[in-house]
Amino acid sequence: MGMREEIETAAERYPDRRSAIMPALLIAQREYGHLPRPVLEEVAEVLGVERIWVYELATFYTLFHTEPVGMFHLQLCDNVSCILCGSEVLLSHMEAVLGIRNGDTTSDRLFTLSTVECLGACEMAPVMQVGDDYHGNLDIARIDALLDRLRAAAGQGADVHVASAGLSGV
Amino acid sequence: MLPPQDCRECSAVFEPVLLRNVDVPDSHMLSAYEAGGGYRALAHTLRKHTPDEIIELVKKSNLRGRGGAGFPTGMKWSFVPKQAGKPKYLCCNADEGEPGTFKDRIIMERDPHQLIEGMAISGYAIGAQTAYVYIRGEYVLAIRRLEQAIAEAHAKGYLGTHILGSDFNFIVHIHCGAGAYICGEETAMLDSLEGKRAQPRLKPPFPAVEGLYASPTVINNVETLICVPHIVIRGADWFRGIGPEKSPGPKLYCLSGQVRKPGLYELPMGIPLRELVDGHAGGPLPGRKIKAIIPGGVSAPVIPESGFDVGMDFDSLAAAGSMLGSAGVIVIDDTTCMVKVATRIVEFFHHESCGKCTPCREGLNWVVKVLRRVEAGQGEPGDVAQLQALCKGIFGNTFCALGDGAAMGLRAALEHFEHEFAAHIEEQRCSFH
Repeated sequence: MGMREEIETAAERYPDRRSAIMPALLIAQREYGHLPRPVLEEVAEVLGVERIWVYELATFYTLFHTEPVGMFHLQLCDNVSCILCGSEVLLSHMEAVLGIRNGDTTSDRLFTLSTVECLGACEMAPVMQVGDDYHGNLDIARIDALLDRLRAAAGQGADVHVASAGLSGV
Repeated sequence: MLPPQDCRECSAVFEPVLLRNVDVPDSHMLSAYEAGGGYRALAHTLRKHTPDEIIELVKKSNLRGRGGAGFPTGMKWSFVPKQAGKPKYLCCNADEGEPGTFKDRIIMERDPHQLIEGMAISGYAIGAQTAYVYIRGEYVLAIRRLEQAIAEAHAKGYLGTHILGSDFNFIVHIHCGAGAYICGEETAMLDSLEGKRAQPRLKPPFPAVEGLYASPTVINNVETLICVPHIVIRGADWFRGIGPEKSPGPKLYCLSGQVRKPGLYELPMGIPLRELVDGHAGGPLPGRKIKAIIPGGVSAPVIPESGFDVGMDFDSLAAAGSMLGSAGVIVIDDTTCMVKVATRIVEFFHHESCGKCTPCREGLNWVVKVLRRVEAGQGEPGDVAQLQALCKGIFGNTFCALGDGAAMGLRAALEHFEHEFAAHIEEQRCSFH
C-alpha cells in the first residue's frame, strides 16, 4: 500500500479527517524517516486539512521528528525507576563509546542518542527503546553487545524499517 | 485497614483473575483466551442482560477507575444520556505515561482479548457502537497484538455487526499516541483524538455529556475495563468481597526500582504496602535498606519508612497523604539521594507540561531551576522555603492535575526528607555521589 492509500485507510476510522493527522504523520515518518516541511505539507494536502494543524502536531508530540535522526535511535529512559537501576551510567557509557552527547547523532549517521521519559517497562529497568524494540535489564556489557549487533545489521544492509521503525535517515 | 497478619491470610487465598491468562502459551491469541473461558461474559451479557442491568451490576460492584482517579465506574457510565441524538463513544485510555506504570502494556501484549471483551460489554452498557483505544506510540508490540486480536475477534463475530446473533454492533479502533504524558488526562486525550495538540479542556461539560466530537463519551482505563467481564461472570458481591468495601477488587501493582523482584503483581486492593514490597516483591536489594516508596506513579507523594503499613487502596492512601494513582510502586533505598529523585520527577512534569496554563508551565520551570542548583551543591539558604512557596503557587491553581501532581510530589519529598535538602545546601554538595 502506498503512503497516500495508507493515510486514506487510516482516515476512514474517524468521522473527522483532522483526527487522522496523527496516524498520517506516523505513516509519513515511517516512509521518509523524518518529517521535514514538504512532508508535512503533503500530509495536509492528502487529508485536505489546514497546514497549521499538521505543523502544530508535528512539533507538539515528541515521537515526531522534524529533523533527521540516525539509522538507529537509541532512546534511553532516564525517569525515576530507570535511574534507580543505573541508567545514568549507561548514558555516560554510550556518550563515551559513540563519541556524542545526549541528543546528538554520530557523524556516520548510524546512531542518535536521546534520553526519553518513562517507556512503561519499569519491571525491566534500565530500559532503552531502539526502533520498535524494547531492550531491558541493561548493563554496560549488554549495551556493548547491542551496539555491536546494530552496527553489524547496518553493515549487512539490514531492513532498517524492522530494525529502527523506519528511522532510515537517508 | 486490616492488620498485616490477617491480610497475609487473605492474599494467600486470593486467586488472580486479571492475570490468570498472561502466562499460558500464546496467551495473546483468541484460541488461548477462549480456552480459558474468554468471551463467555460477553455472550452472557448479550443473552441475559439489558444495558441498564450491566450499569447497575458495575455500580453494585463498587468498581473504581484504575487509571488513577478512582472514580466509580458504574456512576460514570450512568452519566451518559440515554437519548443523545448523537453517536456515543467508548475510549480506552491506554496511554500509560505515568512513570513507574506498566500494567496496561502487559495486559495488551499478553491478553488483548480480555480488553476487547471488557470494551464490548462496556460499550453495550453505555450504548456505544464505536470505541477507540488510545495507546502510546512507544508500545509497538502492544499495538500489534491488539490489532491482531481485534481482527481475530471480528472474524469470530465478537466484534462487528449483530455480535453473537444479537442486535449489538460494536467496532474497536486503535489510535496511536505520539509521546505526550498529558494525553493520559482524559480531556487532553479527546483533543488528541480529534487531531489537536493535547491540552486539557475546561469541565463542565464532562465527557459523558460532551466528549469526543462533542458526543457523549466514556473514558476508562485498560485495567478498569478488564475487570468488567469478571464482574459479569462472578458477580458484584464477589468483586466487592475483595479488599476494602469502598475500594474493592483485584488490583494490579507495578513494582519497580530498588527491589529484589520487580514486576507486575495481582493482589487484593488494600494490601499493606510493606507486605507488597517485602512479602511479594522480595524486599530490598542485598545490604540495602528501603527508605522511601512512591506508591502510585511519580504523581503520588512519596511515603517514608514510617508509613509503609498503609493499605494500598484509594481511601487509605489518600488518608495517609498520598494516593493510589496508577499503582506504580517505585522502591527507593538508602543509597539514593532524594533531592535527585525529586529533581528528576519535577523535570519530568516540566517537560510534559502542555503549556496551557501559567502556574504549571512557568512554575515548574522555576522549581526545576532551584532543584537543579540544590542538587548540584549550589543551593542558597532560602531555597527550601522558595520551593515550598512555589508549590503553594502551583497546587490548586493549574488547569489540570499535572501541576498538582508535581507540587504534591515535591511537597512530600520536602516534608519527609527535608534533612537531605538542608544538607545539600549547607555542605554545598550531594553526599550520595
